[in-house]
Amino acid sequence: MVKRRIAYFFIAPAVIATLLLVFYPLVNGIYLSFTNADKFNSAKLIGGKFTPSSYELQCNIDSNKDELVPPISCLRNYINIFEDERYYFWQVFGQTLIWTAANIVPHILLGLGLALLLNRNIRYRAVYRVALILPWAVPSYISAFVWKFLYNSEYGFINNFFGTDINWFADPTTAMIAVVIANTWLAVPFNMVTMLGGLQSIPGDLYEAAEVDGANWRQKFTGITLPMLRPVMMTAVLLGVIWTFNSFNVIFLVSEGDPSRQTEILATWAWRLGRDQEQYGISAAYSAIILALLLFFSFVYIRVLSRPGQESAL
Amino acid sequence: MTTTIKSLEKGQTVTMNKKYREPMKVGNLITHIVLILTCIIMVFPVFWVVSMSFKTLPEIQSSSISIIPENFTVANYEYVMFGMTKEIKGQGEINLFWRWASNSLTVAGITTIIGVLLAASCAYALSRFLFRGRRLLLIGFLITQMFPGAILVIPLYNMFKELQLLDTFQGLIIAYSTIALPFSVWMLKGFFDAIPYDLEEAAIVDGCTPFGAYWRIALPLTLPGLSVVSFYNFMTAWNEFMFALTFMSKEENRTLPVGLRSFVFEFATNWHHLAAGSVLVTIPVIIGFFYAQKYLVSGLTSGGVKG
Repeated sequence: MVKRRIAYFFIAPAVIATLLLVFYPLVNGIYLSFTNADKFNSAKLIGGKFTPSSYELQCNIDSNKDELVPPISCLRNYINIFEDERYYFWQVFGQTLIWTAANIVPHILLGLGLALLLNRNIRYRAVYRVALILPWAVPSYISAFVWKFLYNSEYGFINNFFGTDINWFADPTTAMIAVVIANTWLAVPFNMVTMLGGLQSIPGDLYEAAEVDGANWRQKFTGITLPMLRPVMMTAVLLGVIWTFNSFNVIFLVSEGDPSRQTEILATWAWRLGRDQEQYGISAAYSAIILALLLFFSFVYIRVLSRPGQESAL
Repeated sequence: MTTTIKSLEKGQTVTMNKKYREPMKVGNLITHIVLILTCIIMVFPVFWVVSMSFKTLPEIQSSSISIIPENFTVANYEYVMFGMTKEIKGQGEINLFWRWASNSLTVAGITTIIGVLLAASCAYALSRFLFRGRRLLLIGFLITQMFPGAILVIPLYNMFKELQLLDTFQGLIIAYSTIALPFSVWMLKGFFDAIPYDLEEAAIVDGCTPFGAYWRIALPLTLPGLSVVSFYNFMTAWNEFMFALTFMSKEENRTLPVGLRSFVFEFATNWHHLAAGSVLVTIPVIIGFFYAQKYLVSGLTSGGVKG
């Protein structure tokens, strides 16, 4: 590699695009979260006539509704979200935690288990592998349509097959179970393939040496496989948590948040507040909260799990 | 897939004689049973939607659990491909499915060109040059990869409203162009790393500009990598649902994901049409996926682990 200034010309387009389309909207979203933006004061195009937006920072608005003074009053959206029950923050936050935990555990365990099986020296391994990653190849929204149909209360396959009569999305528990199963079906292939890649990168001589020393399979598993798989697992868990926390398609299409918001998670609920209810300020504050939670989680996770002297996942 | 399995098999030949096959052990039998059952669960929903696409609506809405259609029909495909017409003011009668498909194709195609061009030159610089901020850039891309669209969608919606980009393809393409960027850069960097720098160096000595060395020598040599990354970009845009749902509201402007959704979620419960449409949309994706997946996997694991 050579040290060259010209590198900046090569990276410029990608960097500028990322700054404009990721960081600028991010900053813009944080600004938006301090404003009173909603359907009345945001930009509009009605009958070909364009009206620019007219929302302002919350602290610039004289209102007698509360005793907040600037700069605290700039945070009015956040305070409302945490205090006002109409925004269902604590309920949806709790659901998001349940959703994430209930997903990530089976994703990792099933992914690891299947990878271990596929890593054995068995026949038809390539066939199994292709069949097992099929869900990953299907667009996730299509999978969501199929699962929505499978769960249909009147003529869905699952009720027909088991002879049951469950209205999955009428009860919060069954609804949550249903979306978690659908999402696990979607996510296991990725985890399996990632873990399999990790398993296959473990040098075979380690196992041979262990066998020479008379190690049994359990000792080999805890002494070689798990420690060697650690970096891959760490990455898989981190990415899995972030993606599950933010997943949109499965919840939005399969349960649609039913029954009455009880399977809604922060990402889908923020979307509904923003796009359906047109409360942009509140929705942007929700997004900022999600971002803060994820940054906090990633930071703690990497801090806790990186041991000194060991290459961390990131 | 071939490379990893090959290298694995190399390791196994050390302990295994080629002609000698181990007798079936109990452990292997259990492995097969577990794998077969799991495969059935993983494959079933996909088979079911294919089966549904050949069934009549009454059969779909019955209590039948047969995967083979009782009254086999291709009427669903006929309807989706030819029958789904709509009168649009100023444009005459159009077939909605093909309109959505051409919208998806346009958006995904242009997104791919922009995305690959952006990613390739950036990946080239990361692979070839040392410069201040290189590490920051690598980590920065990883971080943007980690925080997905759900956080950006409403701020972007609001910005597009202001810029009058809602319901336009330009808007959707702009929003898509950086979604696949971080991962594309990581993957392409790996492809450039695999090519020796000597060729470009020689070209530069002979008077080629650094950009010329990149454009005329390095890029053509990474053609396989470029094709995989192009496919990845295309698939990301082709499959994207949330941004398209948020930004495109006119029926004739929808992309396939949002259009298909309207079969069941808006008008009625046209599961038979939805199934046929889903199969049509998924076939090209699956073919491409199995072609590109080995690179996607290695790119993902190495990108995530090596940092």
